[in-house]
Amino acid sequence: MNIIINGKEEQMALQEPTLEQLLAAYSLQGKSVIIEANGQIVPKEKIGSTTVKEGDRIEIVQFVGGG
Amino acid sequence: MESRYSRQELFLKEAHPYTDKHVLIVGAGALGSSLAEMLVRAGIGKLTLIDRDYVDWTNLQRQQLYKEQDAKERLPKAEAARTRIQEINSGVEISAITADGGPEELSTLMEDQRPDLLLDGTDNFETRFLINDLSQKYNVPWIYGACVGSQGISCVIIPGETPCFTCLLDVLPAEGMTCDTAGIIAPAVQMTTAFQGAEALKILAGRWGDVRRELVSFDVWKNTYSSIKIEALKKTNCPSCGEEARYPYLTEDNRTKTAVLCGRNTVQVRPPNNRTFNLTELASILEKQGAKVTTNGFLLSAVILEKRIVLFQDGRMLVHGSKDPEGAKKLYQQLLG
Ligand SMILES: [Zn+2]
Repeated sequence: MNIIINGKEEQMALQEPTLEQLLAAYSLQGKSVIIEANGQIVPKEKIGSTTVKEGDRIEIVQFVGGG
Repeated sequence: MESRYSRQELFLKEAHPYTDKHVLIVGAGALGSSLAEMLVRAGIGKLTLIDRDYVDWTNLQRQQLYKEQDAKERLPKAEAARTRIQEINSGVEISAITADGGPEELSTLMEDQRPDLLLDGTDNFETRFLINDLSQKYNVPWIYGACVGSQGISCVIIPGETPCFTCLLDVLPAEGMTCDTAGIIAPAVQMTTAFQGAEALKILAGRWGDVRRELVSFDVWKNTYSSIKIEALKKTNCPSCGEEARYPYLTEDNRTKTAVLCGRNTVQVRPPNNRTFNLTELASILEKQGAKVTTNGFLLSAVILEKRIVLFQDGRMLVHGSKDPEGAKKLYQQLLG
């Protein structure tokens, strides 16, 4: 399945994963992130139930603390 | 002779708008160094820089204001930065403060100096939540910026308009990835401050319509970029910017505090009351306990009980080669009571 993550096309082995599974695949589970799916911010409580479909544009922004 | 700001004025299509602008930068590490140089070259009227650390050999790879001699002398970053940026632009008034920017110090700075803009040059979330509350309380915008590894993030926070940092991040994140564990490369720093600096120039010129209202993040190694609209995240019941804001991060906590410094394998111990120490006196106290002590007039370094420590005049102590806050606190009390 092909999706666009942070502007870059990615091939996923997973079929229609939830955003939660997507975060896990990127080792971002439990991290402070904001996710946008096709231009809409996904509320935290919906990350486990929202599924990703072919061609979706996903933006994942991780808050980091360094500097 | 053409004005030193002629190219900037040509771009802005107006006469130098920054002369009476005052910016407070919290932290003079990698981000703070870069931002300070950018704004001083751009010709702001006044810069206040506050930092708690001194220059270390491992800073030189990315903290652009510092040189080998600063690290050899262990100069406080605020002091070394002041010298360098004053050389770059003698027309800017510079105030350099060596202190831990806690609620008390920063509230006093805001009250007394009323800066036009706050810039984030810190390396930890705790201070960013504090800057966010100050921004809301004193109605001054701030620009979040952070980086680690090859990635960075930035966001403009405008009180009364955009969501605030507490809206975006309702809990203090566990500091999972820091410069200590993931390292950092200089281009990630410069890209972050390019985003912060551009917004700063817009805000200080009053070009509010051009200010980015999105959270931007990137990775210069993985070649990714995203920019997210955040309006929807503004919370009316937010404790920092909501209808009944109480600025939770401004409440002074009267305990001895410890913090692990990013990228340094070092713990800072900060005593609760603002004390000023006499370095000569401190040296003799430590020498009596068997330490080998050196000082450079700003701070004191010593090796004691197999630990390398640094003491500042404001009573803070850094314990090197340690990530153990409790052990550091114990050592502090053992040495200074
Ligand atoms: Zn808020």
